Amino acid sequence: MKNKKTYKSILTVVFSIISLIYVFPIVLVIINSFKKKTSINLRPFALPDEKSFVGFENYIKGIEKVEFFKYFGYSLFITIASVLVILLLCSMCGWYVTRVKNIFTNSLKSAAIFSMVVPFQLIMFTLAKTADTLHLNNPVGIVIVYLGFGAGMAIFMFSNFAKSMPIEIEEAANIDGCNPLQMYFKVILPIMKPTFVSVGILEIMWIWNDYLLPYLVLDIKKYKTIPIVIQYLKGGFGSVDMGAIMACIVLAIVPVIIIYIIGQKYIIEGVAAGAVKG
Amino acid sequence: MEKALKKYFPVFVLPTAAAFIIGFIVPFVMALYLSFCSFTTVNDAKFVGIHNYIEVFKDKVFLHSVGFSAIFTVVTVILINVLAFTVAMCLTQKIKGTNLFRTVFFMPNLIGGIVLGYVWQLLFNGILAYFNRTLTYSSAYGFWGLVILLSWQQIGYMMILYIAGLQNISGDMLEAAQVDGATGAQRLFHIIIPSVRPTIVICTFMSLTNGFKLFDQNLALTAGEPSHGTEMVALNIYNTFYGSTAAYRGVGQAKAVIFAIALAIVGMIQMRLTAGKED
Repeated sequence: MKNKKTYKSILTVVFSIISLIYVFPIVLVIINSFKKKTSINLRPFALPDEKSFVGFENYIKGIEKVEFFKYFGYSLFITIASVLVILLLCSMCGWYVTRVKNIFTNSLKSAAIFSMVVPFQLIMFTLAKTADTLHLNNPVGIVIVYLGFGAGMAIFMFSNFAKSMPIEIEEAANIDGCNPLQMYFKVILPIMKPTFVSVGILEIMWIWNDYLLPYLVLDIKKYKTIPIVIQYLKGGFGSVDMGAIMACIVLAIVPVIIIYIIGQKYIIEGVAAGAVKG
Repeated sequence: MEKALKKYFPVFVLPTAAAFIIGFIVPFVMALYLSFCSFTTVNDAKFVGIHNYIEVFKDKVFLHSVGFSAIFTVVTVILINVLAFTVAMCLTQKIKGTNLFRTVFFMPNLIGGIVLGYVWQLLFNGILAYFNRTLTYSSAYGFWGLVILLSWQQIGYMMILYIAGLQNISGDMLEAAQVDGATGAQRLFHIIIPSVRPTIVICTFMSLTNGFKLFDQNLALTAGEPSHGTEMVALNIYNTFYGSTAAYRGVGQAKAVIFAIALAIVGMIQMRLTAGKED
């Protein structure tokens, strides 16, 4: 028994050390975001000293240079709007295709599952062209693109969950005079809550961090998302300002980590539950 | 009830179906057709038969990227799953700090590939600077850099799935085995691993497709340097479309079709292998 206790303490110590190593890359970027740009390149591991410490100068320059908050706003809007639309419409659709079986619903379901394994590179050029033709190359239009391209996983997960729901409840609601819309909002939606959390988290993680789709679909001169801004700062933008990059990376990471720390229980459970069903 | 529901088709299905057609079906069909065409924009497409597909196999850079991606995927699938499973085993033993460790290991998943690429570029170049090298000094550096980056990012995700799988194993079964005198290794190979087999199938499948499809991290960390040495399949296809040689878009489209088919085949084989005979 005592042996087991020491063994567990050793594990705790080992994992504490690994955890510190794990967060080190992020800490390194935070430290460097307060240093003069020349000393970032030359001595990234040195702590800021009197000579290299620049306070929030990198942040001020970085934010100004790329209009960071404007694009942060676009990123936020695109992510929230797309995820809400995907959750509402795909849950309705997923439930419907499970309850009503005909050629159309069956082929929609198969096509949705098929779309999940298709790599984005296959359709990137033609999708960008289609979006351009239909004037979807703006933050509102891209929501439709995300609904279309993200529908696969969402329909799959919602219809899988709908399959496991007892149909008796729906029949009872039907006898009580609910029309399908009332039924959906009063009965189905509350039962599907755990799947909403799972799908929502997976879609947020995808859309917030997505680079290539918004880069190709959006009219890049007017609209950017955070990953595009970071890539733009680093690649082909005159001289590379490492200080501004570090600051923008920190600004991109910190809100995500704060949200994660607040909602970590739901996020981790949602991801675990999502994969078990998928 | 089905009858009542049928009338509501335009409300429940039509919006999603329409978006799906715009966002997937139409681009997909166009993409297949264009892989048989020579084009720079969609409007100037000229049908050229299987010419593009022949060109793909003459493209040495592409063939190199396929090999690079394949080796990379094998290495990361093994590394990520073995480590994630090991960590999950340790973190299901009720040790102190489990929740904190789980939170820390999962964290990188919330940060995008582009951002992570630059985070790690700073770290790697900082270390390599002591040896007067940079990450793009040789392809081997880029390869292992990408392996470390992707493992760091995905171990936490797979760990969460393995923990969920491990928690489903009934304690009674393990206790019974212990009473019967089964050794640790016997319990691992005869009870634990068979019980989490569905999780192993999912995790290996996900890490496999993630490895092959890797793009953002590749673009940010090495951008394929030195001279296409660390260019993976997805980045190679992207460069064929949008790089300096945009005239070869038909070839890029053909590459993408081959890539998609290969991915589907590899995924199916993997499912068969890991799912075992009983399914």
